Amino acid sequence: MIWLTGGAVAISLVLVVGVLALIAVRGLGHFWPAPLVHTVVQDRAGEVVIVLGEAQERETVARQVVADLGYEVGEDELLVPRHKFKLGNRDIYGNDFRWLVGAEGLMTEWEYPEDAVVLERTEWGDFYGFPTAIIEDGETVAGLDDDASLWREMQERIERAVDLRREIDRLERSEIGANSAAQERLRLRTRRMQRTEVPADDPAWAEIAREQAELEEAFAEIAARRIALVEQINRDVALMRLIDDREARVPFANIVRAWRPNQMTFGDKMGHYFESFRLFIFGYPREANTEGGIFPAIFGTVIMVILMSIIVTPVGVLAAIYLREYARQGPFVRFIRICVNNLAGVPSIVFGVFGVAFFVYFVGGNIDRMFFQDAMPSPTFGTPGLFWASLTLALLTLPVVIVSTEEGLTRIPRSIREGSLALGATKAETLWKVIVPMSAPAMMTGLILAVARAAGEVAPLMLVGVVKLAPNLPLDGNPPFLHLERQFMHLGFHIFDVGFQSPNVDAARPLVYATALVLVLIIVVLNLTAILIRNRLREKFKSDSD
Amino acid sequence: MSPEESTQSVSRSEPGRRPFVMPDAGQRARLRRKRNLVDRFYKYLIGAGGISVIVALLLIFVFLFIEVLPMLRPATIERGSEYDAPGVDRAAVEVAADAPGTFHIASERYLDVAARFSNDGQVVFFDPRDGSLIARETLELPEGVQIVSSAIAEPRTRLVALGLSDGTAIVVRHEYEVTYPDNQRRVEPSLSFPLEREPVRIDEEGQPLEQLAIQEGTRGGIVLAAYTEDGRLLSVRYDAARQGLLATAVTFERTAVELPRPAERVRALLVSITLSDLLVGDFDGRLSYYNIRNFDNPVLQDTRQVVDDGATVSAMDYLLGTVSVIIGGSDGSVTQWMLVRDEATNERYLAKVRSFRGHDGPVVSIRPEYSRKGFVTASEDGTVGIHFSTSSRTLVHRKVSDVPLEYAILAPRANGLLVASSDDRIQFFEVTNDHPQVSMNALWGKVHYEGYAETQYRWESSSATDEFEPKFSVIPLTVGTLKAALFAMMFAIPIAILGAIYSAYFMTPKLRGVVKPCIEIMEALPTVILGFLAGLWLAPFVESHLPAVVLLAVLVPGSIILASLVWMALPRAVHQRIPDGWEVAILVPVVLAAGWFCVFVSPYVEVAYFNGDMRQWLTDQGIAYDQRNAMIVGMAMGFAVIPTIFSISEDAIFSVPRHLSQGSLALGATRWQTMVGVVLLTASPGLFSAVMIGFGRAVGETMIVVMASGNSPVVDWSLFQGLRTLSANIAVEMSETDRGGTHYRILFLTALLLFGLTFVVNTVAEVVRQRLRKKYSSL
Repeated sequence: MIWLTGGAVAISLVLVVGVLALIAVRGLGHFWPAPLVHTVVQDRAGEVVIVLGEAQERETVARQVVADLGYEVGEDELLVPRHKFKLGNRDIYGNDFRWLVGAEGLMTEWEYPEDAVVLERTEWGDFYGFPTAIIEDGETVAGLDDDASLWREMQERIERAVDLRREIDRLERSEIGANSAAQERLRLRTRRMQRTEVPADDPAWAEIAREQAELEEAFAEIAARRIALVEQINRDVALMRLIDDREARVPFANIVRAWRPNQMTFGDKMGHYFESFRLFIFGYPREANTEGGIFPAIFGTVIMVILMSIIVTPVGVLAAIYLREYARQGPFVRFIRICVNNLAGVPSIVFGVFGVAFFVYFVGGNIDRMFFQDAMPSPTFGTPGLFWASLTLALLTLPVVIVSTEEGLTRIPRSIREGSLALGATKAETLWKVIVPMSAPAMMTGLILAVARAAGEVAPLMLVGVVKLAPNLPLDGNPPFLHLERQFMHLGFHIFDVGFQSPNVDAARPLVYATALVLVLIIVVLNLTAILIRNRLREKFKSDSD
Repeated sequence: MSPEESTQSVSRSEPGRRPFVMPDAGQRARLRRKRNLVDRFYKYLIGAGGISVIVALLLIFVFLFIEVLPMLRPATIERGSEYDAPGVDRAAVEVAADAPGTFHIASERYLDVAARFSNDGQVVFFDPRDGSLIARETLELPEGVQIVSSAIAEPRTRLVALGLSDGTAIVVRHEYEVTYPDNQRRVEPSLSFPLEREPVRIDEEGQPLEQLAIQEGTRGGIVLAAYTEDGRLLSVRYDAARQGLLATAVTFERTAVELPRPAERVRALLVSITLSDLLVGDFDGRLSYYNIRNFDNPVLQDTRQVVDDGATVSAMDYLLGTVSVIIGGSDGSVTQWMLVRDEATNERYLAKVRSFRGHDGPVVSIRPEYSRKGFVTASEDGTVGIHFSTSSRTLVHRKVSDVPLEYAILAPRANGLLVASSDDRIQFFEVTNDHPQVSMNALWGKVHYEGYAETQYRWESSSATDEFEPKFSVIPLTVGTLKAALFAMMFAIPIAILGAIYSAYFMTPKLRGVVKPCIEIMEALPTVILGFLAGLWLAPFVESHLPAVVLLAVLVPGSIILASLVWMALPRAVHQRIPDGWEVAILVPVVLAAGWFCVFVSPYVEVAYFNGDMRQWLTDQGIAYDQRNAMIVGMAMGFAVIPTIFSISEDAIFSVPRHLSQGSLALGATRWQTMVGVVLLTASPGLFSAVMIGFGRAVGETMIVVMASGNSPVVDWSLFQGLRTLSANIAVEMSETDRGGTHYRILFLTALLLFGLTFVVNTVAEVVRQRLRKKYSSL
């Protein structure tokens, strides 16, 4: 029986390590440049599939099942393998993933064509094929007869396109963003003046008209620059050959990167790997979040967690100090303890619902009525947003902070307190000069645990401010710089959204694993830190009190 | 830090600048006062911090409750005004006192303009709040012809038909154009004629149309049905036939049919908006159903007695969507009937759904709401009733007049009630009836919904069409919640508690230092990650390796027992090499090997016993299998609650005083006997509270269920079917509901329910734990 209990521990260990390993392997594997496989497959009903793509998964199925589906598989086999290929070229094939049966006689030997190229694109996913020529302004560029020079030329032009695209992005994000923010402020000013019935001959009206004209003029100028850039970026087109000898044109404007996985050395692959990882962490999402990076999600999570910490720490610490230092132990404290425990046990979604009712509609609605009348009827704070999400999560993580601060306070030996009081210090002085500094690491632990909890919580955020794609970061260069009312993106919700609500789950899956890995890493690191601090604290007080 | 403290420290740290002198008495007193003040300030501040916890919990409860509260408020009607029917010539009424004056009243949605159709061919538009006349139109009747009957189509079509004494009918639509000149709402009423301005012929023989029905189909087409004075039942269908692309005038194709002659004199007729059903109520209290889908060949499908013997059908009308019909009897009864499909014959028959609180006199008018399944009835005894079908409620029942009533109708937004009585007076009531759908039975009981043959539990909150009947039974969600929690507990309890026993009692401290953080990390894993793994990785994996899962459940414990037997059989020399408390180190590879073996052998088992596909085999056995099912949820959520249960029960076992177990061991009990007989017994309340808290967590868990369960609200306990829990339901539906609507409030109710459930569970667990702690300290 003892062994059975030991087995239970073994099972839990295997489960934990297994889950972490699964996420790590899948998440990290995503960025490794997979070789491009070329093979010819006999599909059902005589269809022949010429494959150039990444072999992603393999499973074995019973021969009978495959045969029932109409495949002509040999009688003597018991199990047949099935492969999932990523074929790319979604714009041409319509479907970029395909399961193909790899039974004897159905699939030819796998080959790895040296000059096969992967083009990462801003739309339609990856492109797999062979470059044949480059077209500039409708004319084929001459002198690129051998593969090497063509490849070199391509890389140069991709770099140029990438630079141009970055410039366009910058223009759209910062300059146009600032311009429209200024216009919005102007509109609100107009509304306020209308509301307060400023007379029509007031010079303020002329002022507004002048500013309006200026902004419009600036906008026209930015738009013209943008159009010029777009024209430049659309200059080059790559002429590509597909594996089935069809031709396709890929504008350089769409190409993010190009590489030839079958020619890469291990070093190249490492370089590519880290580049991919960098793009993933610092890039913006593309194509309904199924491609590109997760920077806004990381950023949103961090901002929200910081705000939450600022709110939750004082309240939680005060409550813990009350329970441990000030309150007389009795039924009332027991009652508060029950409340703390209940607060910890209330389902997170209930916090979300409460956040909607209280923060968003009640508090937010009243703030709007009092301070943002000009923007009515479109709500400013009366709608889910960053601040409400932080407040809701602060409430959610309050018990975490209370419990671990309390634990830290308990560990401070009585003698220290009594010593301080005996020297004539008041209770408050003892508290702030002796006890709080000593239990600071415990508060730190509590805060770290709270942050870890908040970073992984999704359900309440879905109701109080998280969106799948936020047009603007909550922190930017337009006053008031920190936009508490804005909706934001969040890593946890990003996982849910991309994994379950995206149109192309197959394409999104590796990205979900990678995002999950990032989130797990953040949380595991935070938790380990908290555990370390706690252990050190225990050691310290053990030696102090001895 | 308070300022005087910093000055103190300055004076101490820089003695060179200013010699350190004792402050004089006045300074000391000031300082003391200041310090006391600061002390008191912090006392209150910290006290407030402590109270804030209670405040937070209370706030949650109060605000959830505030959002739920309006549902509990009863519906009310409040008399706004009473006035003479506008446009009535009192003198003329004296002459023809026998005929009812008003046969139809309707209001537009803002309650700015209402229309009254009277039996002299007048259409009067008036202000429903004070009865002042706005406009008046007169329908052109042929010479010497009277209006003998009338019919109203589905309210939203605003289509009215008048049956004439020469076998013809006038079809007219009342329309309201809303404009906003100068930000002021302006409603302009008018009449239009969808068919022809002149009366259209229904009866070729020219008999008066004693009863009439009209309906406009959802996909165009208008059907009129009529019962003539000489007892024939006729129906005419008009279909728009477009001529050319730019045809301005629409012409109609007319099809006329004579139906089988009814046995009894007909009292009322109705046509459904699918234009496929014709319902006929007669003076014998029976309702007949004619199938007119094949218009040229109508078939009498079913006839039922719908009011008690001796009474007649005195009024009837469809509810919104024309699926079910409300029958009012001359005995004052109000019942709901609908067409239900017979599974065996695939034919539809009339079935009684429910009955409502009736009136004491004959029911004279039944009119449905515009956007919900409610209706209003009026009776000759001067009472009106507002009822709601899904929740079987009669919300308002009130006597409003001493003279018989003729007509009662609700405003399009169900916020006003207009009642016409036989003395040509009209009363206007303000109606507050926001949440009629909610009743104890509608939330918790089996309900007979439209379109279903029997009563059932169902949660369907929204749909594409306006005519949809929302189904708000909380039972499927509650069952789903309990089911998910139960399966999760079945998965988690054995692992967590056994693991806790081992780790608290048998494991070496060194290993414990590794295992505990590991489990804590497990607790910290965001549920969204577990949910996504369960939904995207585990669910497909389990689906394709079903035999492996079955094998795992048997083989993993089996292999552990086997390993222990092998271990016992090994010579003593080997035993000594590995000390007590390190069994786990051996077991991890054993568990891994067993797991790998199960997965490896799975396809062969499938081929050998299940025709190569266990899922298909299950389906053939009549067991439905969803990819995302309760088993997956149980596993993923089990994983999520293992650490909770583990750490609390480990604490409970670990803190059992050592002298108890040492005493037991000294008396000769084995380690296991001590464990079961002494330690577990002492710690059992702690284990109980661990399980309770784990259960509480499983009940409220959201993301795992959202992602791994398929979210189908079904009532069943199958391991292989999907489910939907209260929490997941809130997460999925909260964002798509209107603020303040019934659905919104019911979601809050479910949140309150969750809150209450976890509150009870957690309070019980915490009280048990506090007791236990006291007990230990006394031991």
